[in-house]
This record gives sequence, C-alpha cells and structure tokens, in this order.
Amino acid sequence: MSNTKTNWQLVREGILTDNTIFRMAISLCPSIAVTSSLRNGFLMGAAVLFVQVMVNMTVSAMRNVIHPKIRIPIFMLIISAWVSVTDMGMAAFAREAYRQMGLYIELIVAFASILAKAELFASKNKVVPSMFEGFGMGVGFLIALCIISFFRELLGRGTLWGLEIIAAKPLLIMVLPAGGFLTTGLLMGFFNWVDMHYFGGKGAGGASGH
Amino acid sequence: MDATLKKDNLLVSVSPHVKSEESVSRIMWTVCLSLMPALISGVYYFGPRAALVTALCILTALFSELLFKRFVNADSTINDGSAFLTGLLVGLNFPATVAFYIPIVSTFFAIVITKQLFGGLGYNVFNPALMARAFALITWPRAMTTWIEPTAKFIGVDAHTTATPLGILKEDGLDKLMAVFGNASSMYTELFFGHRAGSLGETSILALLIGAAILLYKRYITWHIPLSFLGTAALLAWVFGGKTGLFTGDPILHLLSGGMVLGAFFMATDYVTAPSLKAGQILFGVCCGAITMMIRLKGGFPEGVMFAILIMNCFAPIIDRNFKTKVFGAKKANKDKGK
Repeated sequence: MSNTKTNWQLVREGILTDNTIFRMAISLCPSIAVTSSLRNGFLMGAAVLFVQVMVNMTVSAMRNVIHPKIRIPIFMLIISAWVSVTDMGMAAFAREAYRQMGLYIELIVAFASILAKAELFASKNKVVPSMFEGFGMGVGFLIALCIISFFRELLGRGTLWGLEIIAAKPLLIMVLPAGGFLTTGLLMGFFNWVDMHYFGGKGAGGASGH
Repeated sequence: MDATLKKDNLLVSVSPHVKSEESVSRIMWTVCLSLMPALISGVYYFGPRAALVTALCILTALFSELLFKRFVNADSTINDGSAFLTGLLVGLNFPATVAFYIPIVSTFFAIVITKQLFGGLGYNVFNPALMARAFALITWPRAMTTWIEPTAKFIGVDAHTTATPLGILKEDGLDKLMAVFGNASSMYTELFFGHRAGSLGETSILALLIGAAILLYKRYITWHIPLSFLGTAALLAWVFGGKTGLFTGDPILHLLSGGMVLGAFFMATDYVTAPSLKAGQILFGVCCGAITMMIRLKGGFPEGVMFAILIMNCFAPIIDRNFKTKVFGAKKANKDKGK
C-alpha cells in the first residue's frame, strides 16, 4: 500500500480528523497524568512530537531491512531508543521540568499511538511522508494536551503557565485525577458535537464504539 | 385514535391490561414526601438557611434538567420527579452554612454530568446526589466540613462552629465525645433526635426512620439493602471499633451518627444504581457497610457512607450479572454447553 495523500493532508489528518486523544481515544494516560498544568502538558506534547517524528523516520528508513515476522520488537527497540534520547536530553537541558515529569517521559515507550503509527504508516511509506505523518499526529497530540491542561490549570489553580490569572482556586477538583477524566471526556464530547453539527461528521471517538 | 373504535369499545391494546397504580413519577414524589420529616428537622435544628440551601438545590436540579433536555431537543422529563428528588437529596447532604454557589454548582454537576450525560434516568452509573456531595467535598473541603451546632431557635441564631460526632471521635477519641454529651444514654438520645452537628438532613434519625417506614410500608424499598448495610456496619463497629480490644466497640454510636441511616435507606436503595435482585442486594449492602466502617475506623475521612455507596455503585451491574435468577425450565446441560 502506497500513500496517495499529500504531505499537507497527512498533517491535517493528524491534527483534526485523526486526533489521537479526541478522535481515536488512544494514549489517554498522559492526557490525565501530566495535564494538571499547562507547562507540563506542553512539554509532554513536545516530547511526544519529537519521539513520533523520529520514530516514524527511522522505521520508514529501515522498512526494507526489517523482517516482517519480527517487526514489532524492532519497532519497540527503535521507540525505546528515541525515548531514551528524549529522556536524557531533558535530564540534561531541562532539569526542573524533568524532575516533575521524568517518569512520564519514560512512559512514552508504551504509548499505543506511537507504535500504531509506526506499524500502520511508517513501515509502508517513504521517509518524507512518514515524517509529515508523525509531525501531524504529534502536533495534534500537543494541541490536545495543551487544551486539556489549559482548562485544568486555569480552573483548578487559577494560574496559567505558573502565572496567576484568577486570584482564587475556583474548582480544586480539576487538578486532581478526577478532573482529568472530566475535562478529557467533556472536551471529547464537545469536539464530537462540533463535528456532527457543523461538519456533518458521525462523531467518532472511543465512546461510540459501535 | 379512531373515533368509531373508541365509541364501540372495540379498541384492544396490547397487554398488560391490568396495571397497578404505581409509576416512576409516583414513586419519586412519594420518596420526596418521605424525606419531608428529615427536611423539617433540618430546618428546626439549623434554622431557615437549611430550607434555603435545599430550595436552591431543588431549583438548580429542575433548571439543569430543563436546560439539558432543551439543549438536546428531547422531551422534558421534569415532571417525573427524579430531578426534584435529586435536588432534595443533595440539599439534605450539605451543611446548612455552606456558601450558596457550592450547592448550585454541585447540583448542576449531579444532574448534567452524573445523570444526563450517561443517558438520563435509569442509565446513570452513580447516585447523582452522592456524586454532588463527593464533588463538593473534594472541591471545597473547607466549606463542606464546617459544621455549626444545632440551635433549635428560629430567630436570632448565634451559630457556633463545631465538629460532627464522628469528627470528634476521629480527632479526639471517645472520651472527648462523652464529655461533650455527658453520658452514653444522653448521647444516644441526642443523636436519635438529631441534636448534633452534621449535614442538614442526616442528623435526625427519628425523622429519617419515619420516612423509611413510609417507603417500607409502600414497598418502594425492601429491607434487604438497609438491613444488611446497617447490620454489617454495626457488627464491624462492635468487633473492631473499640480501643481496648476486639468486641468492645460501640455499634449504636456508629449507627446513629454520620449519614448512615440516610445513606442506607434513601441513597443505597436507589433503583438505578443498586442491584435489582434480592441476593445481590444483600451482598451490596454488606459491602457498603464494610467499606463504610473501614473508612470510618481506618481511613482519613471521619465519614465513609458516601464513598462506600459510590464505590459499590460501580459493582452493581457486576453483582446483578452474577446473581441471575434461574430461568424457568432451563436445563443445566444447556448452560454448560454454552460455555
């Protein structure tokens, strides 16, 4: 199967119609775990963006030398390698952020979305489309995390990126794990609603599995 | 309807032809009525503000229900009484002194997110009223645990903040609690009539029991959940509740304090979120009682009824699936073959 879409289409799909969190409802773990502040959400999204682009490019470049029968372990090795690079890079250059989110950076290895993109797209397509595909997905992920963490930090702490916006803490529940589930679910419903009412979509997402 | 058919009395509808008078809305309104003694006792002990908080909850509940149904273009369900009941129960679960925005936001959360977004009445996983309380307790912990002493004076209320009996028991121990009430028998009396700090509807056991008697008499609830709930809690309180060793605890104190009676008779018995078969209901009640006592005796919160019922709400569908009634005429061999 070769790709017939333009690079721009691939980026657009990754951000909008195939958005990892709001449309495909996979890799939801970070959307709850690290989005209690906008800064953490952004850094996590940026780390995933980097890992996804690099993994897609590496897998795509090696696609003709990987034996199909052992492709999944090879993909995992590639993913782990790039996650380690990200992990060590953050530990060296962004110590303060790393202290807060180091554990979750390592968890990127287990993200379904990264392996899915490697298996479904990168292993069957050339390097440049794979790069754009990974970029689109990563940016979509980044945007989703930023939206979720925007609401959670603003409502839960009254701050944005550590700066005080509201003097009080309006809804403490939003920075707790329960708030992560609530925000993600409500935003997913909102985007489905927008899609159904203004773009004639069927309202995809994990909830309507049937 | 065809006019000629009606005239000739030839119209035959599908069965059932003999129906009871009961309906969802009738049950809901009766439960509301049975909660009136508790509301009256709350107003009696905590002043007119208790009535105001409850009225606010009810109005918010009705308004949220109306708004949501309008938003999704569905028929209004406001007359079935379920939103009114949720609002009333939320109100009875708040301290009377709570700031007014807290019941409004919490009730909105209960109706829209806990009930309507899951599909409306009959589809909600969790008890909406308890979710409202859990939401409020987590979001505004200070406001939700500031209790005032009951005054039983209607005008000129000079409120003192104090801890609930369970709060005193958790922080300072039984001796301090005895010092507050004098002796054990006067403590039981005060607790039974509801002269203590607490949520505005949970304090008067007498008022709650009057309401529960109505529901039991009308057979809207059965004894299975409340009795197993209270029985398990009393047993565990007796066995593990004492400081000096096993079997020295005070079960009566634990039954009369906190939201135990309100929870067991009015919250845990919610048709939607509890198992529907008798054996399952007993298991449900036993687990509720056990979790409540676990939280009260070992957990960080002084009161555990709310969390116990919410946790068991998750398990209600699983319990129901494993306590299926035997299908009449079904053979065991067929059942095995299916697996």
